[in-house]
Amino acid sequence: MQQQETQHILVTEDLSIGYSSKKTIKIVAEKIQLQLKKGTFVSLLGKNGIGKSTLLRTLSNVQKPLQGNIYINQKNVKQFNSNQLATCISLVLTERLPESQLSVFELVALGRQPYTNWVDHLTTFDIEKINTAMELTEITHLASQYYYELSDGQFQRVLIARALAQDTSLIILDEPTAHLDLHHTLQIFRVLKKLVTETSKTILISTHEVNLAIKFSDEIALMNENSFYKDTSDKLIENNLFDSLFLDEMIHFDKNLRQFIIK
Amino acid sequence: MNLPIYKKHFLLLSVLLILLFFVNISLGSVAIPFQDIFSVLVGGNSSKESWEIIILNFRIPKAITAILVGSGLSVCGLLMQTLFRNPLAGPFVLGISSGASLGVALLLIGSSLFGGVLLSETFTHWTLPIAASLGAFLVLSAVIITANSVRNTMSILIIGLMFGSFASAIISVLSYFSEATKLQQFLFWSFGSLGNLSWNELLVLGVFYVIAMCGIFPILKSLNSLLLGENYAKSLGISIQKSRNIILVITSLLTGIITAFSGPIAFVGLAVPHLARMFFTTSNHKILVPASAIIGAIVLLICDSIAQLPTSDYTLPINAITSIFGAPVVIWLLIRKKKLFV
Repeated sequence: MQQQETQHILVTEDLSIGYSSKKTIKIVAEKIQLQLKKGTFVSLLGKNGIGKSTLLRTLSNVQKPLQGNIYINQKNVKQFNSNQLATCISLVLTERLPESQLSVFELVALGRQPYTNWVDHLTTFDIEKINTAMELTEITHLASQYYYELSDGQFQRVLIARALAQDTSLIILDEPTAHLDLHHTLQIFRVLKKLVTETSKTILISTHEVNLAIKFSDEIALMNENSFYKDTSDKLIENNLFDSLFLDEMIHFDKNLRQFIIK
Repeated sequence: MNLPIYKKHFLLLSVLLILLFFVNISLGSVAIPFQDIFSVLVGGNSSKESWEIIILNFRIPKAITAILVGSGLSVCGLLMQTLFRNPLAGPFVLGISSGASLGVALLLIGSSLFGGVLLSETFTHWTLPIAASLGAFLVLSAVIITANSVRNTMSILIIGLMFGSFASAIISVLSYFSEATKLQQFLFWSFGSLGNLSWNELLVLGVFYVIAMCGIFPILKSLNSLLLGENYAKSLGISIQKSRNIILVITSLLTGIITAFSGPIAFVGLAVPHLARMFFTTSNHKILVPASAIIGAIVLLICDSIAQLPTSDYTLPINAITSIFGAPVVIWLLIRKKKLFV
């Protein structure tokens, strides 16, 4: 049991997520028990508005949980200061960046901020990390370009490189393939898979690409109105759990084809 | 990576700054030969004693004021643009200048209106700056207190604008009931002037300037990560609340004190950060902060030199010059570059 505990990078305990203001509390999801094993690629599936982004934001401490605890490397998140947390989790978000004249190199280099001194000086070790991150995501040739000159697919890889340069054991990505065509979506999934196998990082993404998620990820988390399952895709298919994803008569999950079909 | 190129940029700007400093000192309603100016500057004597007084007590303080005001406003404008990720933000979006104007208006117009509680005849050189500082401080406190109870940074922008309009509205009411002479006095203050500072006042301005500029060092990192937006900055270990408050305090302090001494000087704080970004083609604040400071100083020295109307006895209000010459330049640059950055 103890052995298994230490393999987990992130564990949640009765996690309730949502939004609270002075008068009202809006619960998005309750009692989430999630364990992420080290060195795995986990995809979070769920229909729009079910709370995938809220969950990812809560896990990454961008917003506070309503209830329950999150443990990173067996340590409660509440005991981390913001800089320590920044060395454990890095993010790729869906929000647009403000228009600025950052070059790709500078943008990736910002990932080193938790480690740099007060004037943000990059040591040779930092630059090494930045270069490795750019090589792994195949954007080295773009280093001196401004990020606003890039295509969506290239830009997404730059954001992944930035998270990678942050050198955290867990990377959380919120719909990294949202605006991409099939080719570039596939490319992102390949890059992520490569990161997991080559750098043994843990990667958690939310996505709507069910087919690719089944193909590439080690485990899949299914988020529904009342339930939260996480298992390997084989087990989930075996137990007919994919059908619970979309409660629509026209959408049907075909076990043999391992994908959704529209009747 | 690109450091050598930037060194060249900074060298060029520094030379330009020093050159303009001398040009600025040599211009004025009294024509003084250049060799006399030079000999006074290196500590010697000029051929006329009155020239020495003009140079040491008027022109040099004014040129230094131009440098402090220009660089201070520009850096504040840069901080505001980065904090709000809005290229249209400037040092006065928080309503500081309106607050300062309100302080002055209350002093000049209000004192006569409410029966001379503050006797306007006993004006010293310090009365106006103190009134303006108090007004700026009032608005600043209100903005910072409300800023800490709203979560969204963009709301602060609106709150600042609202405080600004509120103060302006009160000024309008005061103006409506005021005497013509008082109104004129207020109007002259609002034209802005760099030439009103004695060495003592310059010292006060300088101390505040240095304190505010030192305040930028601890937030240098967060300025760069704010370029990615607040959520990314937070995920990089930056405390948004803390950085936001430091930025607000620096900006309010510096713009407040500058407005107190030199009046509300328009345009510089908004435009210079854009000039800096165009010239250096970067958004890295390690480059942009000093770049905005130097370019701001240069721009205000140029504007002040133009305001002297060389070879004439008139001096135009600095506030008008900054906008008349500055606005077309920035429009032209933007049309050429087509893109506006934070």
